[in-house]
Amino acid sequence: MNYITLLNNQTIGIAAIPEISYDTFFEINTGFITQHPERHCVNYFGYKIGDAIKLICCIADDNTHQIYVSSCVVKRETPMLALTSKLLCFEKFEREIHENFGLNFIHHPWLKPLRYAFNRFDTSQTIANYPFYSIKSEELHEVGVGPIHAGVIEPGHFRFICNGEQILHLEIQLGYQHRGIEQLFLDKKELLQRATLAESIAGDTVSGHATAFASLWESLCHFQPTRALDFTRTVAQELERIAIHTGDLSALCADIAYQLGASVFGRLRTPIVNFMQEWGGNRLSKGLIRAGHNPFPFTPALAARLLAVFDAFEPDFNEMCKQMFKLPSASSRFERTGVVSYDDVLSINAVGMAARSSGLHRDIRLSHPYGLYPELNHEPVIKRHGDVYSRVQMRKEEIKQSIEYVRKLIATVPEPHADDNLLQSPQTDAFTITLVEAWRGEICHCAITDAHGELLIYKIKDPSFHNWMALAMAVRNNEISDFPVSNKSFNLSYAGHDL
Amino acid sequence: MLSFALIFIAGIFFSGIISRTKSIFSGRKGPGIMQPIKDIIRLFRKGAVYSQTSSFVFQIAPTIYFSSVVMAMLIVPFGQSKGLISFNGDFIFFAYVLALGKFFSIISALDTGSSFGGMGASREALYSMFAEPAFFILIGSLALLTGHSSFQEIFSALHLGSYITYALAILATFVLLMIAMIENSRMPIDDPKTHLELTMIHEVMILENSGFDLGLILSAGCLKFAIYGALIVNLFIGIFPYEYTIPLFFITQFLIAITIGTIESFMARFRMGHNAQFIFALTSVSLLIFFGALLILGKFI
Repeated sequence: MNYITLLNNQTIGIAAIPEISYDTFFEINTGFITQHPERHCVNYFGYKIGDAIKLICCIADDNTHQIYVSSCVVKRETPMLALTSKLLCFEKFEREIHENFGLNFIHHPWLKPLRYAFNRFDTSQTIANYPFYSIKSEELHEVGVGPIHAGVIEPGHFRFICNGEQILHLEIQLGYQHRGIEQLFLDKKELLQRATLAESIAGDTVSGHATAFASLWESLCHFQPTRALDFTRTVAQELERIAIHTGDLSALCADIAYQLGASVFGRLRTPIVNFMQEWGGNRLSKGLIRAGHNPFPFTPALAARLLAVFDAFEPDFNEMCKQMFKLPSASSRFERTGVVSYDDVLSINAVGMAARSSGLHRDIRLSHPYGLYPELNHEPVIKRHGDVYSRVQMRKEEIKQSIEYVRKLIATVPEPHADDNLLQSPQTDAFTITLVEAWRGEICHCAITDAHGELLIYKIKDPSFHNWMALAMAVRNNEISDFPVSNKSFNLSYAGHDL
Repeated sequence: MLSFALIFIAGIFFSGIISRTKSIFSGRKGPGIMQPIKDIIRLFRKGAVYSQTSSFVFQIAPTIYFSSVVMAMLIVPFGQSKGLISFNGDFIFFAYVLALGKFFSIISALDTGSSFGGMGASREALYSMFAEPAFFILIGSLALLTGHSSFQEIFSALHLGSYITYALAILATFVLLMIAMIENSRMPIDDPKTHLELTMIHEVMILENSGFDLGLILSAGCLKFAIYGALIVNLFIGIFPYEYTIPLFFITQFLIAITIGTIESFMARFRMGHNAQFIFALTSVSLLIFFGALLILGKFI
């Protein structure tokens, strides 16, 4: 066998992953994806073993619920045909591997630096000399936005090449934050420190990343999560989806200067996050999800409170949606703005909500279920047009779906169990992969342990990693003044990219 | 002199009433009516910061912009009382003295060399250019109708006409109101509250202005609104005595401010590409007024 087949949250010995030559590695991994829209690369990374670099590639199959993992060991100097030369979806992964280890990929379109890690291979490449795509034309002009965001949120530089008001090309340069999260996971030895780190990967996806870390750690320690644990995680993620989507609808309305929508949706988000505060003591659900431990069990009293919150939320939400969707000036801004085609989302490996808005069936809750999703019989919301309007509708429908799921779940609150399960130490020389569908899309965490059960490598992939490219594709041939609303319709994370 | 004082007083309250309307509609407590003026006073006490890459144009432009608006204010009459400046063809002077101010604000935005400044300048220039025919056809038709060519004479003669002149006045109100929205960069053309530079028109041009200069630009904006409001009031008051017209002036200004606040609360702004169409459509409304005037004069069969 050239690869090993895993399920979501499965731990195996690192030696069980077949090590194959780079040529075979190239053949099977490109072979998996070519002509198979149901398969995509969830993680592809390298790490040092002595002088050599070991590459591990994980391809998820949505139909069989499996993940195909293969590996190969390569030398830095050896020229290797880039996987990107055949499939564009590997582009970012190979840029990152090249940046960190200086591997000699050939026929890669452009090995630009990605996030300027402090331990990158070539430290002469700095953010100041980033190689932008540029034009030599008297007629076109460049507009640079950032790195300081107009709303002072997070840093990122956007360089537009425009013909008058029309955008011809957008290049998004990230990598300003240098947080070194993956390295911090190795340096911080306490479980609590690591859980806190996981919560800080992207501030708006706390329960998503916390669930990914907790599930991964439990899998490494061979701990079977109880129903109460799964319940907490599933409810927390769906509530996060409702809260963030509602907030995004508010921000989208603000971007098209529709004041009524902005204020009503903004107000509707508050009771949901306030409920999180009531439940776990933090509006962003920090501290709620811990590996092997349920610090804030969900109680029937909380369930009654949450039902009251939903009963107040739904009528207002439905009325506001009705108002917004029948407003001609709002539809005129949303429709046919920021279109990403199905072929584009497929080739750039877009995930989550952005991919589903363009008609791509990609939802980990269905394809690689975890937590309590198997019993919810999740049916992803799919839209076809891939414009801002689709993404607005997607949010509306996902909010309704999530409310329905949470209502179904809290109808039977599981008995809180005695909290005395001690986690064993992690399996030695092991490999674990965890996939989670957070509100923005698929999160992938991978971990490898060494002979003492210490973390050797911790690899995170946030949905923003690929979806930023979808934004760059979406704004092509749009008016430059429509960029903010397209951008907000994706609402991608800078922090999730700049790990 | 009377109109100058009235416009000044209305200008003080105008922006405050708009933002108060918006905050009431969105269920917020919102700032007080005097807040915009307090902000301007705060700015007047500050010094300005100039970029090293900008030239003297950037430094004189806010002053010229402000004085052009004050100059335009002097021309506007109030009922029977003439403006401080009044002569035949003063409405042309009115339009172009405002255009002069706008010209300077455009070249000062270009002067900063920022990528946004140029973008905003080109948009502002385009939209003012499209709004110009609407204004001239409107005032020109009224001049044709009344046979006079100064603001004060046009407005007092207009009132003496038949009831159909009131119908024309209502159409003219619409056109003037929309021109006021365009000139002051309000919704649905521009969104004055946005923080997104890429969607701004007027705001992006004054991004680099600070302190005293910014205060001048903002106060000119308040006055400009009241000037257009005063023109609209003039369409109706004609020869009524002052004890009616002065309250009517403030009521009309108040209603205009509330109308603007309501529009800004309950609709989304236009897509930038649709703005040009919308503004140009105003010209066709002006043409209606022109044909109306021709009908009244019996130039048509």
